[in-house]
Amino acid sequence: MEQPVRADHAVARRSRTRAGKRAAPYFLALPGGLWLAALFLVPLIIMLSLSLQTGDPLHGYTLTWHFAEFGQVLSQHHTEFVRSIYYAAAATVICLIVSFPLAYWIAFHGGTRKNFFLLMLLLPFFVSFVIRSLAWQFLLSDNGILLGTLKNLHLLPQDFHVLATSTAVIAGIAYNYLPFTALPLYVSLERIDPRVMEAAGDLFANRRQVFMKVVFPLCIPGIFAAFLLTFVPAVGDYLNQQILGGVSNTMIGTIIQTQFLVNGDYAGASALSAILLAGVLFGIFLYARLLGSRTIEEYI
Amino acid sequence: MTQEFDPSNLDPAKMDPALYRGLTQNRFSRRQMLKYAGMGAGGLGLAAFLAACGTKGVASSSGGGSNSLPNAGIGTTSWWAKQTLHHQLEFANWPYYIDVSHGKHPSLTEFTSKTGIQVDYREVIQDNTEFFAKIRPSLQGGQPTGYDIIVMTNNSPPLGYLMEFGWLIPLDHSKMTNFNQYAGPLVKNPAWDPGNKYTMAWQSGYTCLAYNSDEIKTPITSVQSLFDPQYKGHIGMMSDPQELGSLGLLAIGKEPAKSTQADWKAAADKLNAQKSAGLVRNYYDQSYINALKNGDTIISQAWSGDIFQANLSGYKNLKIVIAQEGAMFWTDNMCIPLYAANPLDAMTYMDYVYDPNVQAVIEDYNNYVCPVPAAQDIIRDQLKDPAVANSPTVFPTAQMVSLSRPYYQYKNQAELDAWNNLFVPITQ
Repeated sequence: MEQPVRADHAVARRSRTRAGKRAAPYFLALPGGLWLAALFLVPLIIMLSLSLQTGDPLHGYTLTWHFAEFGQVLSQHHTEFVRSIYYAAAATVICLIVSFPLAYWIAFHGGTRKNFFLLMLLLPFFVSFVIRSLAWQFLLSDNGILLGTLKNLHLLPQDFHVLATSTAVIAGIAYNYLPFTALPLYVSLERIDPRVMEAAGDLFANRRQVFMKVVFPLCIPGIFAAFLLTFVPAVGDYLNQQILGGVSNTMIGTIIQTQFLVNGDYAGASALSAILLAGVLFGIFLYARLLGSRTIEEYI
Repeated sequence: MTQEFDPSNLDPAKMDPALYRGLTQNRFSRRQMLKYAGMGAGGLGLAAFLAACGTKGVASSSGGGSNSLPNAGIGTTSWWAKQTLHHQLEFANWPYYIDVSHGKHPSLTEFTSKTGIQVDYREVIQDNTEFFAKIRPSLQGGQPTGYDIIVMTNNSPPLGYLMEFGWLIPLDHSKMTNFNQYAGPLVKNPAWDPGNKYTMAWQSGYTCLAYNSDEIKTPITSVQSLFDPQYKGHIGMMSDPQELGSLGLLAIGKEPAKSTQADWKAAADKLNAQKSAGLVRNYYDQSYINALKNGDTIISQAWSGDIFQANLSGYKNLKIVIAQEGAMFWTDNMCIPLYAANPLDAMTYMDYVYDPNVQAVIEDYNNYVCPVPAAQDIIRDQLKDPAVANSPTVFPTAQMVSLSRPYYQYKNQAELDAWNNLFVPITQ
């Protein structure tokens, strides 16, 4: 007679543990969830709401579901949108091309000093990026220590300049976001078991085939992560353009900043931000479909 | 409060619980209570929530009549008669804008020893619009800003907003003896504040032209040089829409203060043509001075005090020009924000700086345009600084005064929007 009773107890105990187990992840996610809600979700909703309001900061804003705002700002600033995407994409490609060999070399040939090399890669970025960009502005100014000297030696024409060009802005963005590309690439390459490459060699693959058929496919999630981490902040960057760029290099980040702080046009600025957000999300979605994103979480 | 300050009184255990709650917790206004109660009742339906995100405006401005302004009845003779000195003054100013010696401000120390008023001098204003954005919520909510004197520029919209919305305390004209006696013609009864109802100038300055005399050998005399193709790609313009637009108006031969919207359009066309011809290197904020020093620009719009200071720090090749079309003349104005805790102390200080002996000490450090012409002799003879005393950009000559041009005063938000819509896109 005792046995069924004991079984009942066991069932009750097991179901209680199961309920606890089921609730545990939610409790654990609570701090993170609250953080996201307070600092991401609420601001996001406020931004979306503002983009549909009309008014000005002094007389207040009221929600009027003014969807025309979107079309208006888009027709006004589509050039800056396209330019921002072009600059950010160009800078991301440069970052990928530069940092792939770098990450590859550290991952497979860094030996025991990998950490040292990574530190060397990161060291310049311990200095504030405003200071670094201002330093480039100083070094590359028209009659500065570099161009001024070359001009005095008649190696460059007198009105040659680097600053105030789109090249300067793209190079500045690429320079500032390089670690965001190099580190995810390094992580994905470092995880590849060298024995897999040896095995490919044993199966008569030459070095090029090993790279194309083994190494490259294995680090695609890393490339995807590197792209995301570089492109997304770069597309909204406004500092490089302001310090290194000139007339007609304006990016959408600067427009949004001026709309908020100079014009006090909160609605227009919010609409621009929302369009930028939607555009970037859509682009990423397409890109993820293309490259597959099964394992990206591991790299971000 | 005659009691001595004793930190042990602040022990929560010994304190009146109501006082403790008052000191440590946010107080809710009735309107806020109603708003939160309403939000709770309405639930978090998306539309309701989106609507709650709206920013509260200025209730009185839509009401129209001046009686509904929040400063109604404040600043009258009878109101001032009731004010007493609190021997405390909170002063918000721009950086590097008052005399400094051994880490102290001698003119402020002198003021404290004469009047017993302690001055908390804070260099918190970097930008008119941004500073206004910081104090606006307090004023809108009927709360003190924490400052008794703030310094706002007449060429930027916030000063106009402060007056329009009744957020300044009208000055006590019976306590402006120094001002009435010594204030110069450029700052007395100015166009932006007739009769000095709300403001007294702190300092003024010119937005003029500057050029690099190593690169440009023929002296510059006209704003048309900013449109000269021979300086293509090396012309610096200002990104501030008021500065840029005013320059455009001078260039088409219009008086900015008397311009019409049609003139603005013509000025914007001129500036757009200058931009599309590739003449402009960039539209700068304060960084224009670095571009001039580095040689990125060889001719630029410039602020007078900067060029004076650049000359002193070794850039003697930078020359300052008051163009024959005139130069924009701006003034930074001291004013008392509404709900200020120590208005009489503020009034006392504002008149004190118009004492020529005090102004001479401040001016000898600042090198902007001095609001007190009588300080010139004191700087020359007593402070022995002829470079400052004889500078036409510190003590403008009669010719300089005749070339000073005031800014356009926007009559309403629509005008300001129209101006910004024309000139802001040029800088982008």
